[in-house]
Amino acid sequence: MHIHRAERIWLVFGVSMLAVFLAVITTAAVVDGFVPPSHVQSIDPTRVSQTPPFDHPGLRKVGPNAYEAYYIARIFAFTPSTIVVPRNAHVTFFVTSADVEHGFSIPETGVNAMVTPGWVSEVSHTFSTPGTLLLICNEYCGSGHQLMAAKVIVR
Amino acid sequence: MRTTKSLPLSIAGGNLLALTHIYTATLVLGIGALFGMLQGLSRANFIVMPPAFDYYRMLTVHGVLMALVFTTFFITGLFTYSVYTTLPRIRSTKLGWAGYLVMLLGTVMTAVAILDGSASVLYTFYAPLKASPLFYFGATLLIAGTWFVALDLFLNVSIWKRANRGERVPLPAFLATCTLIMWIIATLGVVAEMALLIPWSLGWTSGIDVGLTRMLFWYFGHPLVYFWIMGAYTIWYTVVPSTYGGKIFSDSLTRLAFIMLLLLSTPVGLHHQFLDPGIGAGWKWMHTVLTYGVVVPSFMTAFAIFASFEQAARKAGVRGFVNILRWLPWKNPVFAGPALGMILFIFGGFGGIVNSSYSMDVLVHNTMWIVGHFHITVGGPVALTFIGATYGLVPMLTGRKLFAPKLALIQVYLWFIGMAIMSTAMHWAGLLGSPRRTSDVSYFGAQGAATWHAEMVWAAVGGVIIALSVLLFVIVATGTFLADEREHDAPSSFAFASTREDALATPPAFDRLTRWGLMAIALALLAYAGPLAAQLSAHAYLAPGMRTW
Repeated sequence: MHIHRAERIWLVFGVSMLAVFLAVITTAAVVDGFVPPSHVQSIDPTRVSQTPPFDHPGLRKVGPNAYEAYYIARIFAFTPSTIVVPRNAHVTFFVTSADVEHGFSIPETGVNAMVTPGWVSEVSHTFSTPGTLLLICNEYCGSGHQLMAAKVIVR
Repeated sequence: MRTTKSLPLSIAGGNLLALTHIYTATLVLGIGALFGMLQGLSRANFIVMPPAFDYYRMLTVHGVLMALVFTTFFITGLFTYSVYTTLPRIRSTKLGWAGYLVMLLGTVMTAVAILDGSASVLYTFYAPLKASPLFYFGATLLIAGTWFVALDLFLNVSIWKRANRGERVPLPAFLATCTLIMWIIATLGVVAEMALLIPWSLGWTSGIDVGLTRMLFWYFGHPLVYFWIMGAYTIWYTVVPSTYGGKIFSDSLTRLAFIMLLLLSTPVGLHHQFLDPGIGAGWKWMHTVLTYGVVVPSFMTAFAIFASFEQAARKAGVRGFVNILRWLPWKNPVFAGPALGMILFIFGGFGGIVNSSYSMDVLVHNTMWIVGHFHITVGGPVALTFIGATYGLVPMLTGRKLFAPKLALIQVYLWFIGMAIMSTAMHWAGLLGSPRRTSDVSYFGAQGAATWHAEMVWAAVGGVIIALSVLLFVIVATGTFLADEREHDAPSSFAFASTREDALATPPAFDRLTRWGLMAIALALLAYAGPLAAQLSAHAYLAPGMRTW
């Protein structure tokens, strides 16, 4: 089988480009910990409200400037509906669903995760700019999906 | 000029079967586009949908019709045509017709379930949203019907191969077989998912393993995309060159590209689940690498297309990039449709690399960016290619002249413009964080949502242009039957190009599709064994189903 010289050059160029992309995202994953949210922890979706720590959803301070926030996603609202954190707070969100598939997204921050009944999602972020951020469900969950939102206030 | 009229449509058996598939796809595209336009207008707040027929029901209709029904009917029709015309047909068309009818029955059942409001679960039907059993039964039959069609074509090819030992299967028949093998392997995943969903929707089981159904869905969901693309590539490789008097660049490289697509389309589905809990980051990284691998045959395709352009142009004495571009038959819709699609695919392809790039997906996942991406891929190169091909196929299969060819030409350009506007607006909205699959993104006037509305207005403008274009498409296709103007000479509007003489040295191993199919299954199993085992061994709780709409 003959491969034309021009095609070989083109393919080497294309594959090298992909190799560079792969090197960049792999380096970012290994060195800076940029990996997609991939927490593996199961939970009984029918008993979320009785299962610690989701029996007391909300924000906990776990260290200097470090917080953990436990959320329940349930049609069509998040609990808690508002949290207030200080500027530069590093918050780790743990989210689970009490009913159907939901999304957990704070647009333009990189906080973005699927919330699957039966599993706990984990995603974290450092909030460096003060303001009121919109937290939304970004996976269709039913007729009131467009209403499912909460607030993160950074002081 | 009209000649003697016998039956309004007297078409040989095999042609009628292919034509019926193609025209069904045409009508489905018409209905799907109407719903798409209403959605765009509704999301931009130009219209308010009545509660009896809300946004999400409309979105389910649009997604199912476009992603699952339109594309599938067109591709089964195209491949029926490819195999029936390039191999002498020995078998009857009965199995092919059985396949068509099962697909149609499945489509009608699914449509009834969605329209009566018992299945507003969108085209991904994520459990534990629980649709009526009719929805799952219908979708399963749609798939089962395609298996009948595939079996019919496989039998044709294998009978031919036994009678012609040592000969190469003609390229169009090879591409059809290769794609359908990939499709069978992929659809096994969604059928396995249905085997869990159907008893559950009937109330025979009380809960569903949501993580498992998601993994099975996306095992199917990505190769579904490649099913569309391989249908479009078939036309790009084998038909488009004939519209400008060119030849297929290389027989062996075309086959090699399709074998790579067969091998690599399936083991990549986790890149749709990058943000899912319950799946380790390592597995996701592995699927990123494999997804990059499936880009390579697309690079090969891009090269072959331009090489084919250049060779034909040089032969005609045309040189230079701009001159070659101008020399191409932009006034023939059978060329212009696919070619405009190729332009859109340059952007679609790069967007796809962003989406599949592991942690980068966090920025775009479930935003309007993704909607922009699949409209500039399946709604761009794929749909425009199928539309252009329909303008060639309908006259070819009926022996009629294309009705209003100027309208057909305007139509493909309108689609291109509309899609460029709509998709750009959607990509931009996604970068600003606007979520997909949401009827209204005002969030009570929240500050974070303030920038999203303007983009939706542009998306609606694009959507209206596309819907207008689809209306013209349905008029031209239907008009070709109604005007009933016979072609005197044998029509050649849709012909398979020949291959350059010096590019025919294809290794015989390329034709061993059973072997490649088994390798594809092995690769899919390897890529999924780890994540699937992890999923099954975890203490996965079952979730009860519910109707939240």
